[in-house]
Amino acid sequence: MGYGFLTVYWRDMIRFFRFKTLLISSLLQPALWLAFFGIAMSSNFDRLMAGMPVPEGAYAVGYLTFMGAGIIAMTTLFTSLFSGIVILFDKNWGLMREILASPVNRNHIIVGIAMSGVTKSFIQAIIIMAFGILIGAAFFAGYTPVQIVIGVLGVLAFVAMFALGFLFLSAAIAISMESPEGLQGVMTLLTMPIFFASNALYPIDTFPEALRIISAYNPMTMLINGIRYFAIGPDFYALGQHYLFTPGEVLLSFLGLVLFSAIMFTLAWWRFRRAVVT
Amino acid sequence: MEQPGPGSDDTIIRVENLEHLYGDFRAVDGISFTVKKGEIFSFLGPNGAGKSTAINILITLLSLQKGTATIAGYDVTTDAQKVRESIGIVFQDITLDRDMTVWELLEFHGRLYDMPVKERRERIDELLILVQLEAKRNELSKRLSGGMKRRLEIARGLMTRPKVLFLDEPTIGLDPQTRMRMWEYIKNVNREGTTIFLTTHYMDEADQLSDRISIIDHGKIIISGTSDELKNTLGRDLIYLDTDNNGNAMKLLEQVPSVREITAKGNRIALMVNEDGTKVLPGIIDTLRNAGIEISTINLKKPTMDDVFVFYTGSELRDEGQAPARQIFLRGGR
Ligand SMILES: Nc1ncnc2c1ncn2[C@@H]1O[C@H](COP(=O)(O)OP(=O)(O)O)[C@@H](O)[C@H]1O
Ligand SMILES: [Mg+2]
Repeated sequence: MGYGFLTVYWRDMIRFFRFKTLLISSLLQPALWLAFFGIAMSSNFDRLMAGMPVPEGAYAVGYLTFMGAGIIAMTTLFTSLFSGIVILFDKNWGLMREILASPVNRNHIIVGIAMSGVTKSFIQAIIIMAFGILIGAAFFAGYTPVQIVIGVLGVLAFVAMFALGFLFLSAAIAISMESPEGLQGVMTLLTMPIFFASNALYPIDTFPEALRIISAYNPMTMLINGIRYFAIGPDFYALGQHYLFTPGEVLLSFLGLVLFSAIMFTLAWWRFRRAVVT
Repeated sequence: MEQPGPGSDDTIIRVENLEHLYGDFRAVDGISFTVKKGEIFSFLGPNGAGKSTAINILITLLSLQKGTATIAGYDVTTDAQKVRESIGIVFQDITLDRDMTVWELLEFHGRLYDMPVKERRERIDELLILVQLEAKRNELSKRLSGGMKRRLEIARGLMTRPKVLFLDEPTIGLDPQTRMRMWEYIKNVNREGTTIFLTTHYMDEADQLSDRISIIDHGKIIISGTSDELKNTLGRDLIYLDTDNNGNAMKLLEQVPSVREITAKGNRIALMVNEDGTKVLPGIIDTLRNAGIEISTINLKKPTMDDVFVFYTGSELRDEGQAPARQIFLRGGR
């Protein structure tokens, strides 16, 4: 049973493209964030920051560019976390019994779902970046074509690792829960703190000590650091703060995400092994 | 290409002392049976009898707690993978993705079982004809009627040419016409060589479809046999009587030689007789008249599956959530 995961992947992608409204709204939401919150807050922040001097020759980016990275991360978080819902529906009313009673190895189910989840996040990330650039975000500004390719690949690598972690978490929760409402509740409960205790919309340096530590270990922050490093650059000013990433720090963030995903995979694997669906 | 499992004779399912507990509730309570290759074998029992639990163990969705079960020679515990490759399943509840088309659902199944592309596609075409769904090939499953969904699931169960097809209440919730047609499909499939294991709580379904039937209640097999064998255990005819003194009537009737067994249910007496009932009846009427017992109703019929079921389980088939029916033996034939 070598290709079971491809079958699961194929089926997930059919569903992804079939639900046109869902597909469009999943892209519209981040676009609206960028267009409204991003542009509206830009003029505010940029005026506020006008008094804060940026050193001579330093590279400063506007708020739209800053929060654009956060919006990519937010979209990845939502898509990944809520992808578990299909598992729950499958379990209660759909194909889960068929799959579990088939010769396909259970790990393949997880791998297939993970692959399709990552694919979806890639599509979204690319579209958001393109849209951001269109409305004035300085992603990959001044990059050479080679740097752009590296930048995009770097962003996608971070997005993939982060998406995997939350996909596995979502799968593990979904296979253990009874009702879609319960799942929805847990997901909503999770997204808020993860999103707001991160550097998606504002710098975390000004947070109280405890919150700052939590934020630093938040996978969301690690993802956003990676996106900013690859899409904006290793050394820039935003909101009057100096952002300086050494390759070592970025690697550390990436490894943090790898660790996070590995833990979540183990959790999902354990829940799926024990899953009894009759 | 057919790889017979180890130790295969013409027994394709062998179950011994199977037990299953949910917590401390005994859903399956030590059942043993065998199914022969090429048979249609049924579990007939009310809701909650333990039919689905037993099936779920056989198809490896529930792990076996106690007893042994082999399918096509493979042990469900140690050779689960082989068992899975040997069987097809139609679950009690519809298990289709509402948002996939008929073709996609079959294609998905074929891929799950690693069928080569060409074989997969040919098989889908064949099966769509068999279950008369060619016209619905590209229809989303949510737009199919209940009967079509069932047929699609049967087609799916047959994709891999399984040795045994498990059907858990295949016609539940379908209208009588559709049910009848479904039986035809099932018979066709069986004629092509697939052994069928089905569960049902419909008497007529068990009666008309099955080569052999096991009546199951409270997790136990109560009696097994062909439909005729089961009916014959109740004698040639059944006579139902309602009198003004059932107690005395029963005592008197015990003396009548052709009466094989007397049971009282509610205010009604049931007699099983070994001879043609029409010949025995006058004698019975005379006996009771002479004793001054008034007969208010009298009813003669051939034993049906309902009677068999009621006799052995002591209750009518109860429907979901309903208490066991009290008007025992009230219902006539169908
Ligand atoms: N997952 C479960 N947990 C606890 N009890 C169960 C579970 N599944 C079934 N049961 C109980 O076990 C008994 C047998 O159920 P089932 O095998 O579904 O019967 P049938 O298929 O004959 O209607 C019923 O009393 C049912 O309530
Ligand atoms: Mg059942």
